[in-house]
Amino acid sequence: MRRSFPRLFTYFVLTVWSGIVLFPIWTLLVDSLKTQKEIFKDPFGLPPNPTLVGYQAVLGDGQFGLYFLNTIFVTVISLSSILFFGSMAAYALAKWKSRASGVLYVFFIAGLMIPIRLASLDLLRLMIALRLQNTLWSLIPVYIAMGMPIATFVLTTFIRSLPNEMFDAAKVDGASEWRVYLSIIVPLLRPALATVAIFMMIKIWNDFWFPLIFIRAEEARTVSLGVSLLFGQYHTDWNRALSVLALSALPFLILYIILSREFIQGLTAGAVKG
Amino acid sequence: MAIQPADQNPQRLKSARFTQQNGTWILFLLPALAVYILFMAGPLLDSLRLSLYTGSGYTPSTFVGLQNYIDLFTNPLWAKRFTGALLHTCIFFAIHMSVQNTLGLFFAALLSAKFRGRDFFRTVIFMPATLSVLVTGFLWTLILNPNWGAVNIILENIGLKAWAKPWLGDEQLALIVISLTSAWQWTGLPTVMFLAGFLNISEELIEAAHTDGANAWTTFWRIQFPLLMPVVGLVAILTFVENFNAFDVIFAMAGARGDPAYSADVLATLFYRTGIAGEHPTGIPNMGMGASIATMTFVILMTGVLIWLYFSRRQSADL
Repeated sequence: MRRSFPRLFTYFVLTVWSGIVLFPIWTLLVDSLKTQKEIFKDPFGLPPNPTLVGYQAVLGDGQFGLYFLNTIFVTVISLSSILFFGSMAAYALAKWKSRASGVLYVFFIAGLMIPIRLASLDLLRLMIALRLQNTLWSLIPVYIAMGMPIATFVLTTFIRSLPNEMFDAAKVDGASEWRVYLSIIVPLLRPALATVAIFMMIKIWNDFWFPLIFIRAEEARTVSLGVSLLFGQYHTDWNRALSVLALSALPFLILYIILSREFIQGLTAGAVKG
Repeated sequence: MAIQPADQNPQRLKSARFTQQNGTWILFLLPALAVYILFMAGPLLDSLRLSLYTGSGYTPSTFVGLQNYIDLFTNPLWAKRFTGALLHTCIFFAIHMSVQNTLGLFFAALLSAKFRGRDFFRTVIFMPATLSVLVTGFLWTLILNPNWGAVNIILENIGLKAWAKPWLGDEQLALIVISLTSAWQWTGLPTVMFLAGFLNISEELIEAAHTDGANAWTTFWRIQFPLLMPVVGLVAILTFVENFNAFDVIFAMAGARGDPAYSADVLATLFYRTGIAGEHPTGIPNMGMGASIATMTFVILMTGVLIWLYFSRRQSADL
């Protein structure tokens, strides 16, 4: 049995903080179903006559469906490339005994401490030169590059922690590096891949900076860019403004609530050992 | 390694296999390396070069040496904005460090114990971190609205009407309020990182301390906290790097100029206005100057990271 802080104290503190966390989210959800008048009269209660007017207006003017598809497209392609490229590189960094792999490891890890945004001006010039500006393809390579430091860091650490016998046995059987990668490394890496995926998914899905500087065209807007434009347009009409925010937050929030156990486990499992 | 096929000339076979194997490893590294160099390392280095040029629009072509930096520090127009943004960024970071990370450590200590409802609290505490920064910023601007926002309504209802303020319209308050909003969102992240640290500390060690008569408080400060030091360092450096290029929350709550009256202007908003959007009212970007601001941010970050590396090395040498 592990003695710890008094139960009552724990519950009290955590309940107060949960209230602080949930209160704004609650207000967002209930108020998006109220008219402007009802919001100002009673901002915290359940909606007396729930209305979807705000949501309808937003979906009508904003092409929100398109923004969602765009964001899903960018997130899926970037994430799968990060996991694929990252795990391949991590395998080499962990198992290739040479000076080059040591240097490259440091080179990748350095990116953890240097935000890619500092390179924005050059990236913008590069995208203009490649004629990718205003397309979703301007975002994808940047997100993949952005994911490389964390992917190589978490995955290399994980592969190094695996017992060597596993690889040696496969080698004796004459398996090539590719076979070892596909049939041993990838299945074992699953928890670490989940950590990287969760981390990068939150980052990519919510990124606002790169869409803001690369994209103007309606057809290439992502959710966060759409939110900023629509919120600016609606900020005096609270019902619509809140509907915009709720629409953009809900899918991810629901996904999180369903998978929260796996989320937290994934995040704590891949963390660095103290 | 240990297994060598029987061969007349092992030396030659070994070296042929060695180069072949190197080739395979390089192929494994190639895709990651190519994207990383082309879209991150390369542009970062080229930004340093760009800071030595001037010219308007997206193709600064006139070489001016260090003139951009000299302007940034001595031309009153630039120096005022730059030092202001730097100071505000430091305040923004300090509030995150003291509020968000202290709360995170505290919550993680509570959540590492076993009790009913623990999973619920873990889920709730991390929840805001899954919202987009932009949505959080916009949501809180509505909640902090001086006339209709929930915060002032609550203060009025509990008889503290005098405390009700135009939170985001006050030059003294805006930056602090925005920092606290952002800390509200991110507290779950250090919580999860510290939680992982707590769960890594062996049960036996804690048991032993209890057997020796230590209570929860002493155990925390004497045993768990020292063992968590590497995680504390990591959280600190990640907070530092994240906050020194924070943009979204300021943009959402105070606009690209850090209103009111530049009181919430940070390095990233200054960088955005200078290098990308162009300063009001002309709207013509000055990429060379923007690159100088990025380079200065880079230098500050590197200094911080090197200090952290120095201390974390010394710490691991001590253990």
